[in-house]
Amino acid sequence: MQGVFLLRTFVFVCVLLLSEVTAKNSEDIRCKCICPPYREIEGQIYKQNVSLKDCNCLHVVEPMPVDGKDVEAYCLRCECKYEERSSGTIKVTIIIYLSILGLLLLYMVYLTLLEPILKRRLFGHSQLIQSDDDVGDQQPFANAHNVLSRSHSRPNMLNKVEHAQQRWRRQVQEQRKSVFDRHVVLS
Amino acid sequence: MDFLEEPFPDVATYEDFHTIDWLREKSRDTDRHRKITSKSKESIWDLTKSLLDAWSGWVVMLLIGLLSGTLAGVIDLAVDWMTDLKEGVCLSAFWYSHEQCCWTSNETTFDDRDKCPQWQKWAELMTGHSEGAGAYVLNYLLYVLWALSFSFLAVSLVRVFAPYACGSGIPEIKTILSGFIIRGYLGKWTLLIKTVTLVLAVSSGLSLGKEGPLVHVACCCGNLFCSLFSKYSKNEGKRREVLSAAAAAGVLFSLEEVSYYFPLKTLWRSFFAALVAAFTLRSINPFGNSRLVLFYVEYHTPWYMAELVPFILLGVFGGLWGTLFIRANIAWCRRRKTTQLGKYPVLEVIAVTAITAVLAYPNPYTRRSTSELISELFNDCGALESSQLCDYINNPNMSRPVDDIPDRPAGPGVYNALWQLVLALVFKIVITIFTFGMKIPSGLFIPSMAVGAIAGRIVGIAVEQMAYHHHDWIIFKNWCRPGADCVTPGLYAMVGAAACLGGVTRMTVSLVVIMFELTGGLEYIVPLMAAAVTSKWVADAFGKEGIYESHIQLNGYPYLDVRDEFTHRTLAADVMRPRRNDPPLAVLTQDATTVEDVEMLIKDTDYNGFPVVVSRDSERLIGFVQRRDLTLAIKNARQKQDGVVSSSVVYFTEDVPQLPASTPQPLKLRRILNLSPFTVTDHTPMETVVDIFRKLGLRQCLVTRSGRLLGIITKKDVLRHMAQMMNQDPESIMFN
Repeated sequence: MQGVFLLRTFVFVCVLLLSEVTAKNSEDIRCKCICPPYREIEGQIYKQNVSLKDCNCLHVVEPMPVDGKDVEAYCLRCECKYEERSSGTIKVTIIIYLSILGLLLLYMVYLTLLEPILKRRLFGHSQLIQSDDDVGDQQPFANAHNVLSRSHSRPNMLNKVEHAQQRWRRQVQEQRKSVFDRHVVLS
Repeated sequence: MDFLEEPFPDVATYEDFHTIDWLREKSRDTDRHRKITSKSKESIWDLTKSLLDAWSGWVVMLLIGLLSGTLAGVIDLAVDWMTDLKEGVCLSAFWYSHEQCCWTSNETTFDDRDKCPQWQKWAELMTGHSEGAGAYVLNYLLYVLWALSFSFLAVSLVRVFAPYACGSGIPEIKTILSGFIIRGYLGKWTLLIKTVTLVLAVSSGLSLGKEGPLVHVACCCGNLFCSLFSKYSKNEGKRREVLSAAAAAGVLFSLEEVSYYFPLKTLWRSFFAALVAAFTLRSINPFGNSRLVLFYVEYHTPWYMAELVPFILLGVFGGLWGTLFIRANIAWCRRRKTTQLGKYPVLEVIAVTAITAVLAYPNPYTRRSTSELISELFNDCGALESSQLCDYINNPNMSRPVDDIPDRPAGPGVYNALWQLVLALVFKIVITIFTFGMKIPSGLFIPSMAVGAIAGRIVGIAVEQMAYHHHDWIIFKNWCRPGADCVTPGLYAMVGAAACLGGVTRMTVSLVVIMFELTGGLEYIVPLMAAAVTSKWVADAFGKEGIYESHIQLNGYPYLDVRDEFTHRTLAADVMRPRRNDPPLAVLTQDATTVEDVEMLIKDTDYNGFPVVVSRDSERLIGFVQRRDLTLAIKNARQKQDGVVSSSVVYFTEDVPQLPASTPQPLKLRRILNLSPFTVTDHTPMETVVDIFRKLGLRQCLVTRSGRLLGIITKKDVLRHMAQMMNQDPESIMFN
């Protein structure tokens, strides 16, 4: 049930993002002509939203600063390039990245600041069960979660999630010890 | 959900920080393949399964290519945006970087290509002034603050979520691909955190690149998809084939640098993965203009034979810089490992970022991102450029088309730029030594290329000016007519970049391939090769190892390099254990050991395996059994089989003799016994033994004399012996 719901929201979000990305913005194409200084005229950059076949000096450089016979000499020194970008992709990517970063930040704040406060609250309310694994290791979070899980009757799924989270925390702790404390890996 | 369950360790998996047994993995895979092929004739379903099995390799490669390409595109776009965030913000749409913001504006001028009212610097946004000392100081301050916050965020995320995500990752991946196990190094959290923090680290202005970490990211993707197919998830040897190919999807250089056993099949798969990744990257289109490479080189001016002299000089510079960098960086990393400096990783990152940001902002060449610097240095100065580096004195009556501007004397802007470039060079050389190896994802390619490009450009401008002012000297007269375009400083920058990169990593073939991959300039292969070869020779004269091998040695990983040669005259008897003063070899007998003896043996020693002999008197070898298999089998037997107690006898023979009913039930462990352990005699020269270890990927090898077991040689012993022979510290080899 829950899996189907998650799948549906995921597909919906994907379709939304894809439509955003593929919507062709007319501002996303341009022809950029760079013309260097010529006699008394200064260097200039011209931009216009034209398609590839119109991307040349005569269509884009408006108004033409020289007249008549000098136009060809002027245009020969200009360089015109056709450029394309996808503004939808950029917007979607940056927003996704910022949201992931925000989520990670919130989770990090929760793990480092809020959980010890929760643990301190539980100290006063119930007995703490010593965890027999991790000899000599501080596992403040393990105790808090164990007590929490015993105080209410949790469905099986949440128990599993908590166990997985405990296992993950232990792994990260191990990694942290080898990398930061003992400098065994990744000096 | 399956991934929430704890994985049950079954027989024939490996422990963390141990080496795999290549031969066993290979034989298991052959068995599996044979079983599937023989069953495939039975029914359509089995035939389909065998086809799926054959195609699973390609499917995995496709998925890896897709994901790596997407992640690379995301990283590029995000870095682009966040780097510009340090200086200002786009008011119309905050997700645009500077260049994207001014894309449609009509207010860009020839001299200031990036000016537009929609993008404002922070000082302008906050106070309304855009010029003046106050605005400069405010911009400076905000630049430093943004840089500090990015790097602090990066190091905290790494520390809290995935400590394995720091560093470049290439030394560890080399070791993993050669058969070492580091659990969690290629995991999902490492992948996520490495991607996210790589963007933060690069955007904070630190002197590091992203190519090395991208290889780690690609290998993580490879590992992720391997777990979907049991063909790869259960077999460590096959998994490493996929990982080798996946590393190529990141950057093509992995073919030379990272892979250990490289069957030709992997070459095809790598090519396919790289193709898919390139295709995905192109459809994301991070650089606009459908360009795949950042430093696209568009000129095609020829180079001359006499220019080989400065190219070779650049190669020498690259080799010397490589040696200096490797020595200094290893010394600094060793200090970080052993002294108090290593206890404050977060403070270290913040301090280095602060120093980098404070020193980088005043110099316009270090203020912008390193990739932009490199692409500007690679660029040739046509009439359309207006940067300070291209401030040549133009002939006002000149009417040549843009591509063929003859050599011109340098204007004051160029001399100004030269001074700033020299300062930037010194700064980058010093700061990269302290940056590489910090506890955030850091790569080495872009900073080395930057150092080389700056040096190359300086040399190029020098040669160009010499050619212009002294065009009547003999060397120039033959090739340089006045009024012709002889010297392209951009080419010197490319050659310098290749030389420095080669000097640090000691790559040759891949280097040229990378330079081509990054610049798209195929005409300049000969100068690039000349510089790369020269820098490798010069650097090899001072020390045999590149930066990644040096880091492997620093960490003590058990990596047996395929390229090292062993030319000493020692014999197997000199290296084997037990030595003269050691306790005798711990063996098991085939039918006289009890379960209690085995358990005590396992508890008292920490050997990885035990040889099994016929009896203590005859000591003829039967086979070899791994420690982990023994432990699991005994634990399993105690739980599941009735009647197995501490005094049960362990039988490794095929037939268990009939026993009276009063004796406890015997434990049959023949199935975990390896009946074909590799043996050499005690007079085998170590040269051969090292070759055998290297070519077959052995973990241990037994030594016999006249058919009797004498001792054992493990990979660790071999590595220690090689280190001793090369006068290095043999105690630095730490892992099994």
